[in-house]
Amino acid sequence: MTSVHLDVASVRADFPALARTVRNDKPLVYLDSGATSQKPVQVLDAVRSAYEQHNAAAHRGTHLLGEEATDLYEGARTTVASFLAARPDEVVFTKNATEAVNLVAYALSAPGPLQVRAGDEVLITEMEHHANLVPWQQLCERTGATLRWLEVTPEGRLDTDDLDTMITGRTRIVAVTHQSNVTGTIPPVTEIARVAHEKGALVLADGAQSVPHQPVDVTALGVDFLVFSAHKMLGPYGIGVLFGRAELLEAMPPFLTGGSMIEVVRMEGSTFLPPPQRFEPGVPAIAEAAGLAAAVDYLTALGMDNVAAHEESLTAHALDALREIDGVRILGPDTTKDRGGAVAFEVDGVHPHDVGQVLDELGIAVRTGHHCAWPLHRALGVQASTRASFYVYNTHDEVDALADGIRYAQRFFGTG
Amino acid sequence: MQLESMYQDIILDHYRNPHHKGLRDPFDAEVHHVNPVCGDEVTLRVSLKDVNGEPVVEDVSYDSLGCSISQASASVMSDLVIGKPVAEAMTISQAFLELMQSKGAGRPDEGLLEDAVAFAGVSKYPARIKCALLGWMAWKDATAQAMEVAQ
Repeated sequence: MTSVHLDVASVRADFPALARTVRNDKPLVYLDSGATSQKPVQVLDAVRSAYEQHNAAAHRGTHLLGEEATDLYEGARTTVASFLAARPDEVVFTKNATEAVNLVAYALSAPGPLQVRAGDEVLITEMEHHANLVPWQQLCERTGATLRWLEVTPEGRLDTDDLDTMITGRTRIVAVTHQSNVTGTIPPVTEIARVAHEKGALVLADGAQSVPHQPVDVTALGVDFLVFSAHKMLGPYGIGVLFGRAELLEAMPPFLTGGSMIEVVRMEGSTFLPPPQRFEPGVPAIAEAAGLAAAVDYLTALGMDNVAAHEESLTAHALDALREIDGVRILGPDTTKDRGGAVAFEVDGVHPHDVGQVLDELGIAVRTGHHCAWPLHRALGVQASTRASFYVYNTHDEVDALADGIRYAQRFFGTG
Repeated sequence: MQLESMYQDIILDHYRNPHHKGLRDPFDAEVHHVNPVCGDEVTLRVSLKDVNGEPVVEDVSYDSLGCSISQASASVMSDLVIGKPVAEAMTISQAFLELMQSKGAGRPDEGLLEDAVAFAGVSKYPARIKCALLGWMAWKDATAQAMEVAQ
């Protein structure tokens, strides 16, 4: 048992949404942080204060507010960089993780030293979220490269037995999730990166479900790119991060172009700023960056080790509680080893939509459907699933409420 | 609890014992519709016949995967449209669509919609309206295609 040093009651007090009631005046039991997290007052205050006190277009203007906005924005970059043990110039702000993947996939198909060509290979996995899957399919369609993928085992682990042969001399990039948003599986990204680098391939990790939930050090992880979204880690919508190794970002052409990212513009053509500005056209999202920095500060104050330990304890409890219910099948690993706090499951004879509807009636918010991971569901032999996902503010009582709710759904539909 | 207002007994009965389910021959058109949010899907066939120069729904057969609402709705829909002139079935389909868009305020015409009035409660839950409409939209699409073939 991991020791947990997290005062959940005081954490919960920071989240206004957790104090409200939902259907039938039930207290909210929010088990959908894998989709988006709730936001603490510290983040909301940071966003509000950016608008109230420092609202100006960063990197422009000669006035005080402009300077303050720039400081906020660049300060957020420094905060995020140190959270990842990266350098600030390796942190690109994007709209979200999805845009960050698209940025890299675009750069790899545009003319330049990293351009993927017909006959090259791109390796992904069957357990990817569509955000780390569809952009690679599109890259292959544009370039004529071949898309290959690693499969999952029946237990929902990544099958890496054939890693040595699946990554070939022609593989240009390996894109892999750092934590499945369905099964919680944490694939051996460091090992995958080692093999990929031996063969000269780049590695992108989708950290949308890992960065919010566990300590992530990009150097230790050994990846070239890491993407994630602020809104899944207590931060605001509309801002995400692409970490990229400096020499790679330097070699990449711009993705979205316009103001802010140029060096010189003439009618005949333009030159571009170095990274990260090269990839950040338009007036930057100051308030969102300030909110993200506040979220990182909040998580750092809790301690990411404590966050991970708290979630591990909730996940262990959930796996135990769900295993005890007849007719419930957990998708994915049934221990917390190399597994995060997304717990997807099937209830015999009750469709996930109906499970979710009954839980909602009890005030319990979960995700139902394929969770933007359709191929993974197909590989696991299910059409859809119900997913509970945990975060810093969840309690063991809420895990029990989930189990009781599932039993209630079984009784309601006459299967339990 | 409001759960019973959505999951009326009629709906649960149709869900447990769906009518007209299973794909049958012959058919004039077949469609495959998916709800991309949840992955629910239906493959649906329509067979039309000509009665005194007017197209009539001879058979609707379907195979589907989905929640209780989408399954029950397809079952109720097939009961309602089989044997009816296409024009009349389209009127029923339109009435059902309007009921689903009524946000719980609709006053369904029971003479027209029969068992489908049970879905009135579903219209209060925006996330489930697509479930209730999946089979109906597939039927409408397949029928339109069958009419084109006939022409």
